[in-house]
Parts: sequence; C-alpha cells; structure tokens
Amino acid sequence: MLELQNISYDVSDEKDTKKGILKNVNLKIEDRFVAITGPNGGGKSTLAKIIAGIKQPTSGKILFDGVDITNMGITERANLGISFAFQQPVRFKGVTVKDLIRLAAGENISTAKACEYLSEVGLCARDYIEREVNGSLSGGELKRIEIAMIIARGTKLSIFDEPEAGIDLWSFNNLIRVFEKMYQEINGSILIISHQERILNIADKIVVIANGEVAQVGTKDEILPELLSSSGSCKFYKGEC
Amino acid sequence: MDAIQMNLLEQVAGLHEVPEGAYNIRANGQAAGRNTTANIDIVTKEDKPGIDIIIKSGTKNESVHIPVLLSQSGLKEMVYNDFIIGEDCDVTIIAGCGIHNSGDSDSEHDGIHSFFIGKNSKVKYVEKHYGSGDGKGNRVMNPTTIVEIEDGGYMEMDTVQIKGVDSTKRVTKATLKNDATLVIKEKIMTHGTQTAETDFEVNLDGENSGTQVISRSVAKENSRQLFLSKINGNNKCNGHTECDAIIMDQASVSAIPEITANHIDASLIHEAAIGKIAGEQIIKLMTLGLTEEEAEAQIINGFLK
Repeated sequence: MLELQNISYDVSDEKDTKKGILKNVNLKIEDRFVAITGPNGGGKSTLAKIIAGIKQPTSGKILFDGVDITNMGITERANLGISFAFQQPVRFKGVTVKDLIRLAAGENISTAKACEYLSEVGLCARDYIEREVNGSLSGGELKRIEIAMIIARGTKLSIFDEPEAGIDLWSFNNLIRVFEKMYQEINGSILIISHQERILNIADKIVVIANGEVAQVGTKDEILPELLSSSGSCKFYKGEC
Repeated sequence: MDAIQMNLLEQVAGLHEVPEGAYNIRANGQAAGRNTTANIDIVTKEDKPGIDIIIKSGTKNESVHIPVLLSQSGLKEMVYNDFIIGEDCDVTIIAGCGIHNSGDSDSEHDGIHSFFIGKNSKVKYVEKHYGSGDGKGNRVMNPTTIVEIEDGGYMEMDTVQIKGVDSTKRVTKATLKNDATLVIKEKIMTHGTQTAETDFEVNLDGENSGTQVISRSVAKENSRQLFLSKINGNNKCNGHTECDAIIMDQASVSAIPEITANHIDASLIHEAAIGKIAGEQIIKLMTLGLTEEEAEAQIINGFLK
C-alpha cells in the first residue's frame, strides 16, 4: 500500500550545517495496523508529515498503491486517500465541530451522522456539535475531535501522530477501545505513532525509528519484549511515567 | 422597486418582499413604502431628512425594518433617524444600507441614528451594509449611531459589512445609566483599496452598567482598517473591548483600544489581536482534501460567522 524508498530529510542550522532528520528510510506498510515507536527526536513525526505531504523529503520516493506521490501536494494526497491526525490539533475561531466533521466527511452529512462520529470517540455529541473549535476546548477534547475527523474521512491510510499525548488516563482507556474498534472496522491501514505499550500491543507490526533510521521492524512478539526490557525505557513504554 | 433594488433589499435586510410589521423603505432618497402598527409609529421629520420611529412602552416581540437603497449613481444623502423606545419593550430593529453604483460618480449614504431606550427595555439592532455595481464611482457609507440607555435597559447592536463598500467611517457613541447594558458586535471584511474606520465610545455612567465591544474583521488585498474603541468607566461597571483581525495580502489594520477608569469599582479589559491566517489551519484543512483557496475561504467564513 505505502512504500518509502530511501527517504532522507535534512535541515540546516544557522551555521548552514546540515543535519539529517531522516536517513535513507526504507519502509513498506501493508499491514492493517502499524505502530511506529522510538525515542523522542528520532524522526517519527517528520516521517508522518512527509507521508501526508506537509514536508517534502530531501531525497527518496514515496509510492502509494504503486503511484509515485513524492511530488504531490497535501490536498492531492488527501484526495487519494491519506488522512493525518495531528499531534497538536489546530484551533479555529468560529469554525464549529460540525463544520470540521462535515469537511472531513467530504459531503454535507446530517447533524445526526456527524454526531455518530463524535460518539465513537466518546464525546457526548449534543454538547459538542455546535461548539467552536477554539481555546474553550481542552487538549484532550481536541484530540478526540481530531480522531473523529479521521474516522469521518474513512480513507485507505489513516496516520495518527501520538493520539495519546495530552489525553488523561480515563480517556486513554476509551482511546484504546476506539483504536480496537477502528482496527475491526476500517477498510484500510492505520499507521500510528505511539509510545504506549497498550497501543503497540494491538499493532500487527511495530517499526522502531531512532536517529532518523529504521532500527527494527517486526511483530509485537518480536519487538515488544526487547523494547520493554531495555534499560531506562521500561517505565516509559509501559506508560508509567 | 426594480430588480436591482430588490436585490439590495435582500442583501441588507434578508427580505424577498415587503416585510411584516412596521417598516420604512427609502429608495434613492424617496420614501418607497411605509407601514406602522398599533405600537410602532413612523413619522417623517419636517426640519430635515429622516424619520422618527416611536415605539410605545410595553411593546414586545415586534420588529421594525428600515432599509435604505441607493441605485442611482452620484446620489449623496444625509439622513437623521431617531428611535424613541418606551419602557419595558422588547423589539428588533433591522436597518441596512445597500448601494448599487454602476456609474462613475460617487454614491454616498450618511446616516445619524439616535436611540433613546427607555427603562428596562430590550432592543436588538441589526445593521448590514452592502455595495454592488461595477462603475468607477465609489460606494460610501458613514453611519453614526448615538445611544442613550436608561436604567436597566439593554441593547445589542450587530453590524455587518462584508462586501462592496469602498469607504466607511462608523462612529458610535453610547451613554449608559444604572444597570444598563450595551453589546456591540461588528464584522467587517474589506478588499481592493477599500477603507473602513470604526470609532466606538461607550460611557459607563450608571452603577452596574456594562458593555462588550467585539470586532472581528478580515482585511484583504490593499484595503485598510482602523478600529478605535474607547470605554470610560465612570461608576461601578464592567467593560470589555476586543478586536480580532485577520490580515491578508498587502492590507493594513490598526487597532487602538482605550479604556479609562474614573471610579475605583470600574473593571475594564481590552484585547486586540491582528495576524495572518495560521499556516497550520490551512494545512489541517488541506489534509481533509480542501485546496489552499478553499481552506482560506472556510477559515474566513467561520471567523466572520
């Protein structure tokens, strides 16, 4: 479905010294639920943005269903079937939750239908549907609305950048259920960047990215035991810190 | 009325035909229709152009429409309208001005609206401005609003100017007595080389009086906007002024809030923010499949909604 060939992404600092954020990443995503994990600053979010078209790779090729999408813009990729849930959802003054869900669904869906998507992410639709997506919503609420938009889009590839970040423990349990349900129902693939053991646990495949490179790829049985036992990271991946 | 005037009427008053209730339609400087009701009287001024709208005490759930339409290029007029609202009323007043100028001379409508709102009365005042026509002549509107609210009175003033007015200078001055409240919501979008100036001054003279002055605007292309908002707290009162503007292209926006507390229990706040559309907002909507232009339009529509 998605294939990254030799993807590199460099940035330059003030002294014009080049730094490689991603170095020759080769990755094939064919499974229904793939989790990307790895230390902070390793290049995971950059990789997601490159797939969505928000960042252009310095070199390399991206194939989506065999089509070279490397030079396509964000809109074109979105219309081909790529969705992207931001790590930090964007606020909009005056734009309501219903507006965003409708834009995501790509058609003028009924309020009842829009409410269904909100209910899926555990938001009481009646309280939210007419709310503005502004500073009055908490970070956790925004994250759930962000996920509802991806469900409403229902595209071939759904990318989530740390959906658990900023979500409280109670909501987190619901979030796991949301992803388990999505896994059962979605007609496509889910690519999720996460540090949470419980999310990694439902993945068909786990990709570890560190220092801009693919460090490991494998099933959860192959990857998780090692991740969880490696010194220092244990608590982190178990969600205990 | 002809088709152009009917279109202007729809734009400024949302009307497809003559409204129900009291109304006074002014088209090209002439009276084009009037209706009064048992509680609402409309009287033509004798000493100057304009009308007196007199609303009896106790009038509830009634509305008055007073649209002004200009479709004759080069027409300039100055109109004085006084609204005398009795006590314990609850009424909606819909004013609006539409100019269609397809000629080369400037068309201009200047209006001075004075409101005298009686004790415990509630008034919603809606004013829409709209310009159309492809002539070189400018479409100019300069509305002045004077408001006096008696004890316990409430007024909400919604003003909208979205399209086609080349030059506007809005002046609003209000004086509030005890327990009176004034809420002003202004929405402006300018483009081309248009200019829009607004100047609000609210005097909170009464104990427990309060005001909110909220402006949202979008300035596109080479247009210029100036927002002045002055609140004087002369008693125990609450005042809040807020200007939020999106700037695009080569436009220019100035926001000058001024709050003065002349009483120890006056509580006044001003907020002003001007900035371009956040890039991440556009990117988010593009990831939903919108083009950059569609994303921009959605963001502006929401902002001015």
